[in-house]
Amino acid sequence: MTDAIRISGLNKLFASPDGGTVAAVKDIDLDIAAGKLVTLLGPSGCGKTTLLRMIAGFEEPTSGDIFFGDRRVNDDPPNRRDTAMVFQSYAIFPHLDVFENVAFGLRLRKLPTAEIDERVNRVLEQTGLGGYAKRSPSQLSGGQQQRVALARCIVMEPKVLLFDEPLSNLDAKLREQMRIEIRELQQRVGITSVYVTHDQVEAMSISDEIVVMNAGRIEQRGTPHEIYARPASRFVADFIGKANFATVTVVDGGTLRIGGVEVAVPDLRGLEAGAKAEVVVRPEAVRMAETGQGAFQGTVRRAMFLGNVAEYLVEIEGIGEWLVDVANPAEAHMIDVGAKVVLTPSPSSVHILPDRERLVGRPASSRPGRAG
Amino acid sequence: MTGTARSQLRVLARDPVLLVLLAAIALSIAVFVVYPLVRVLLASFQGDDGGWTLSGYGELAGRKLYRNALFNSLSVGVVVGVLSVALGYLAAFVLTRLDVPGKRLLHYVTILPIVSPPFVSAVSIIFLFGFSGLVTKQLLGLTDFSIYGFHGVVLSQIFTFAPIAYLSLRGVLASLSPTLEDAALNIGATRWQTFWKVGLPLSLPGIASAFLVVFIESMADFGNPLVLAGAAFPMLAPQAYLEITGSFNLSRGATLAIVLLIPSMTAFAIQRYYLSKRQYITVTGKPTASTSKIVSRPVKWILYAVLVLFALLVTAFYAVILVGAFTKVWGFNYTPTLAHFAYVFDVGLDSVKDTLLVAIVSTPVSGLLGMIVAFLVVRRAFPGRTALEFGSILSFAVPGTVVGIGYILAFNAPPLVLTGTFAILVLCFVFRYMPVGIQSGIAVLRQIDPSIEEAAQNLGATTLTTFRKVTLPLIAPAFFSGLVYAFVRAMTAISAAIFLVSANWNLMTVQILNQVGSGRLGVSAAFSVVVIVIVLIAIAVISFAIGRWSRHTSMVRF
Repeated sequence: MTDAIRISGLNKLFASPDGGTVAAVKDIDLDIAAGKLVTLLGPSGCGKTTLLRMIAGFEEPTSGDIFFGDRRVNDDPPNRRDTAMVFQSYAIFPHLDVFENVAFGLRLRKLPTAEIDERVNRVLEQTGLGGYAKRSPSQLSGGQQQRVALARCIVMEPKVLLFDEPLSNLDAKLREQMRIEIRELQQRVGITSVYVTHDQVEAMSISDEIVVMNAGRIEQRGTPHEIYARPASRFVADFIGKANFATVTVVDGGTLRIGGVEVAVPDLRGLEAGAKAEVVVRPEAVRMAETGQGAFQGTVRRAMFLGNVAEYLVEIEGIGEWLVDVANPAEAHMIDVGAKVVLTPSPSSVHILPDRERLVGRPASSRPGRAG
Repeated sequence: MTGTARSQLRVLARDPVLLVLLAAIALSIAVFVVYPLVRVLLASFQGDDGGWTLSGYGELAGRKLYRNALFNSLSVGVVVGVLSVALGYLAAFVLTRLDVPGKRLLHYVTILPIVSPPFVSAVSIIFLFGFSGLVTKQLLGLTDFSIYGFHGVVLSQIFTFAPIAYLSLRGVLASLSPTLEDAALNIGATRWQTFWKVGLPLSLPGIASAFLVVFIESMADFGNPLVLAGAAFPMLAPQAYLEITGSFNLSRGATLAIVLLIPSMTAFAIQRYYLSKRQYITVTGKPTASTSKIVSRPVKWILYAVLVLFALLVTAFYAVILVGAFTKVWGFNYTPTLAHFAYVFDVGLDSVKDTLLVAIVSTPVSGLLGMIVAFLVVRRAFPGRTALEFGSILSFAVPGTVVGIGYILAFNAPPLVLTGTFAILVLCFVFRYMPVGIQSGIAVLRQIDPSIEEAAQNLGATTLTTFRKVTLPLIAPAFFSGLVYAFVRAMTAISAAIFLVSANWNLMTVQILNQVGSGRLGVSAAFSVVVIVIVLIAIAVISFAIGRWSRHTSMVRF
């Protein structure tokens, strides 16, 4: 029923206004197993939407192939690909009521009226739109419109479901609720899905796998856990969550020197003594205290109470500024700006970035990461 | 670039219906819009013996009659342009920005001249200011006053074209947020400074654009000059017509047509490729109170009074036509009579039927074709897209006289003999009046999120199904205005049609002109009344049909 997707050697060049060309997608190879939900994650302009639109058939690849199962779909126009897409703007037909919006594709297939009624009503129930069949789209809230767009796709029982930043127009609370609904629905119907988003939390919460894209290329692909805990590059580490970086020197088989301090680390990825590398440490993997023993000495430069955590910007001697998260700050007291603190990174969370060549020419001091 | 073209064609080839449709549209635009113009251009370089020569242009420059015609047409165009824009801006400002009573009524009265035949104001002016006019003879007792000439044409054209300037400037003013004026006032500008430094500069591209549109219309106008210019005041469009029908000099007519075409095309090019990109739109999604504070109370009522006066004059013109249609002999015998209408529905009945038939056949074709072209231009990528868009709206800028001469030259001999047929009238109207539908279709479509149509395709709809079931209902307002415009123009057209009518197929507007020519103003007034009534009924029918149809689509069947 549902199809695996295979993409090989895919390129998309756009003509740029100055007469040249701009590559939006470069040499993408990607396999998506049947029934999985894979997220394309990246900043705007990274090519994720272009890739999705090529899968849907709205953009013509400059070169490369797209397969659904064994069938090459490059030459199929969008209306014959049997995908169903949830658009960023929902793209609900404003002149049709909810029922007719959902029935649109089924009517095109010229199914018997009774079957259309049965399928549409079932999907409307599934998506919580049971009482809204005769409503006009303009009478619906944002979340309900989102559900109509989703129902319109699900009812088709397509080979592939495509999502183009479907939640970006909703407010934060609704976004959280809808992504749970989308994930549950997708797992229940088991249709292969490609989901485009620039929101890393959204990507992590709904995906079987995440494909991080940057400048038209795939930076890394993996489960949410792999992407977060073992980023393949500084870009990925920086884009997914917040990250602290530091340049390190390998001392021996189990020890790194960070900012003049030796720290025991279990996995050195086979680096030899004397080698230089760059490491990532997540803010929540650093233990901080005002007194006692610690690996580093630092001074608090900024303190923010965020409810579930307190986020501190700490200047560490010999390294630079790091972000440190302290859980459950409501119970403890906030540390004042200017206070002297000691910090200890959790050894198993010190992740060495594999791309050592990227280190060349980078200043020794690191900078605090930014929110994804 | 060729790579792009090839890949665009490859995509198109997957939808053969679309490809055939596109080719058919491109071909018919080439044949019915571009080819006739080429024939006019060629004919202007041909002598009586058929050889190539520049003598036509030499003669034009040499003879005073033609130099005067060019000068007169240009000066009328400029004067009418300036005055119409001034009046149009005033009306637009009063009706969009000021809090005054009766706005709706004033709006409709102001745009009334747009939906009436081209002679209404000319005939009214003769009724009022002619040799036996109500004002000139009956009221003032003047015997040596002549309305014919520069002032008559200008007066009549202002009434015909100021409403066009009004409509276009209304759009311009509506798209400028009044909060900008508020901001200027807030930081200490006086009202005068605010208007001079903020309001006016922002609407300047729109004003220039409206001026050029009126200038093009004035240059192309055929009816008003023919009735009111008089022999002593030659103008280009009627002169070209007279050369062909009076002296049977087709190549001289073609040469004059080219001279007429040049200023029109120049104005069109400036308007379209320079000004349209410089118009400001400062309206955001936020609703704002739109009442302007930059005019003081006395100024406000003065402006309002000017507009009301214009509206009263428009009303007077129509009242005069209506009364004239029921009056035995205007100026001499004011006995009421139905004789003029009896004539219209007896002798003139064929032309009434012919006009209706041509309009009824050409309107849906023109309207639908306009929407399809707008859809293709905005939503589909194909080689030659810009050329197709340009070709399809080209006829907007080409004076009807030029089109008429072009159709005679192009379709009088094999391979395509159409002169004297019903088809030539329909084809002429379809391609001449399509641009307004296309332009408004393009404007509306550009504001509609393309993903709505992509969603339809994604759910399995072909391009044509998408157009029929999604695009067309979404652009219903543009479709409506395209249909209304096509119908109104088909009912009221004269400049091109006058070359194409025949004994078998005659039009009411041509009848009106003939009646004016032979001094039977009562009959021409009766014809005008019939045209106006038909147009108003048609607008009601079209708006009812569109309303019903867009409601019906809430339940689609394929």
